[in-house]
Amino acid sequence: MAFAAPLIVYLVAFYAFPLYRNIELSVHDYTIRAFVQGNAKFVGLSNYADVITSQTFLPALRNTALFTAVSIAFQYTIGLGLAVFFRNNFRLSGVLRGMFLIPWLLPLIVSASTWSWMLNSDSGIVNSVLQAFGIGQINWLTSPGMALVSVIIANIWLGIPFNLVILYSGLQNISPDIYEAASLDGASGWKRFWHITFPLLRPVSAITLLLGLIYTLKVVDVIWIMTTGGPGDVSTTLAVWSYREAFGTGQPAFSPASAVGNLLILIALAFGVLYLYVQRRQETS
Amino acid sequence: MTSRPRWWKTALGVFFTALMLFPVYWMVNVSFTKTKNMRADPPHWFPWDATTEGYQAVFHQQMPALATSLLIGFGSVALTLVISAPAGYALAKLRLRGTGSLNFILLVAQMIPAVVMAMGFYAIYLRLGWLNTIVGLIVADSTVAVPFGVLLFTAFMSGIPEELIQAAKIDGANTWRTFRSVILPVSRNSIVTVSLFAFLWAWSDFVFASTLDRNGTMIPITLGIYKYIGSNTTQWNSIMAAAVVASVPAAVLLVVAQRYVAAGVTAGAIKE
Repeated sequence: MAFAAPLIVYLVAFYAFPLYRNIELSVHDYTIRAFVQGNAKFVGLSNYADVITSQTFLPALRNTALFTAVSIAFQYTIGLGLAVFFRNNFRLSGVLRGMFLIPWLLPLIVSASTWSWMLNSDSGIVNSVLQAFGIGQINWLTSPGMALVSVIIANIWLGIPFNLVILYSGLQNISPDIYEAASLDGASGWKRFWHITFPLLRPVSAITLLLGLIYTLKVVDVIWIMTTGGPGDVSTTLAVWSYREAFGTGQPAFSPASAVGNLLILIALAFGVLYLYVQRRQETS
Repeated sequence: MTSRPRWWKTALGVFFTALMLFPVYWMVNVSFTKTKNMRADPPHWFPWDATTEGYQAVFHQQMPALATSLLIGFGSVALTLVISAPAGYALAKLRLRGTGSLNFILLVAQMIPAVVMAMGFYAIYLRLGWLNTIVGLIVADSTVAVPFGVLLFTAFMSGIPEELIQAAKIDGANTWRTFRSVILPVSRNSIVTVSLFAFLWAWSDFVFASTLDRNGTMIPITLGIYKYIGSNTTQWNSIMAAAVVASVPAAVLLVVAQRYVAAGVTAGAIKE
């Protein structure tokens, strides 16, 4: 018991307590002064009502959905394609696969600022290459139409290594005998993928997608560093919105920010429960 | 299948890797570019006309930030190990009641967005006077690594043969002694993995640093880079040089510990 005690104390002090404080923030009306004096007024769920009826709510919800769904779809597809590709043990495959991990290990501020400079309107390498092909200048980070696309591109790039690692290790667990039997039956490469690899990889795919989802919902740094959620609200997700309300302006508004944050936790939990439910049902059937 | 020449697969693999790592190359290239060439059109693809002015600026201005980051990184590793290694042992071997629910809590803990934790910590630290302190950041950063550490240690230690523990008991070792002299030495790989990730996450952290250490006198390197971007948008070579320096731990981790990491990641696939 003494061995688990530090963990339990830790979880209570540094998880439960901050969470509790966060919920408390969201049902009071905290201003900076109330924060210091500790006499904020209890306002029930009105912060939640304000947040949901706010002009930013629907765009932020839509951006969160787009950012998450598009990022994950591409990360997963590209990651799976690469995992299958690297499964052929060719010369250097191990080294190259290792190098693919680099974007994952870099600090997010490093990747995000590099992408910012690459996508810079006037001096960025991306526009320079596009111009060489006769495509005019695109204001990646500053035009309303492209800002969300830009942060999604950077986020896809960031997520590919993780998908590759997990899916590759999932592929390693599929017995080569099955493939041998299939090729004796004359199944082509594409058929083998659709009828063997993909179905057998389903549990690993599910956990990869769930983790990707939970992770992508939480993303603040990449978007904040590249566009600060702008211009306007066009690249503001729920997480970025929460961050901006609390810490992004000179006027911290912790109460609405924590309300947004708690809504985000509910969304993540909903997907977690959905995952467990589907998993249970498959186990029983 | 083996009769087909495979060089084209290697070529394709090199091409994919080059495409993927282009942003990393570009960061290095820009870090060596002279300020006057920064806005050249077309941009310089190779650092022929190289300069180290960016790196000089970094070593003049960012040394304290690098030291702060190191300190936070090591602090976070120590705290994470002290909490998670014994807990992993308890969950794996000591048949506690409530193990299942503890595991579930650890999974849920990983779903909480950092920004939510940051607000909770901000409110608590404001009272405690821990804002803008190193200790505050160490504690906050460790919350990312502790659930991962516990789950990884539990997974690994469940695989330690029961006979080994029994043998230690017969020799008269108590639980603590067994843990210290038997369990910890055989868990070396997981200790390395957990330490590396705890360090890397603390080193890379931006959200906690930018919220809990906004006005601190000692800021970590991530915040140093962020303030760089805000204050001078012309010196991109200095910004990218700082980014390169900030990436060094990641590179070391990749080179030194790839086998640990590969093993650790698959066992602890729970994280991110």
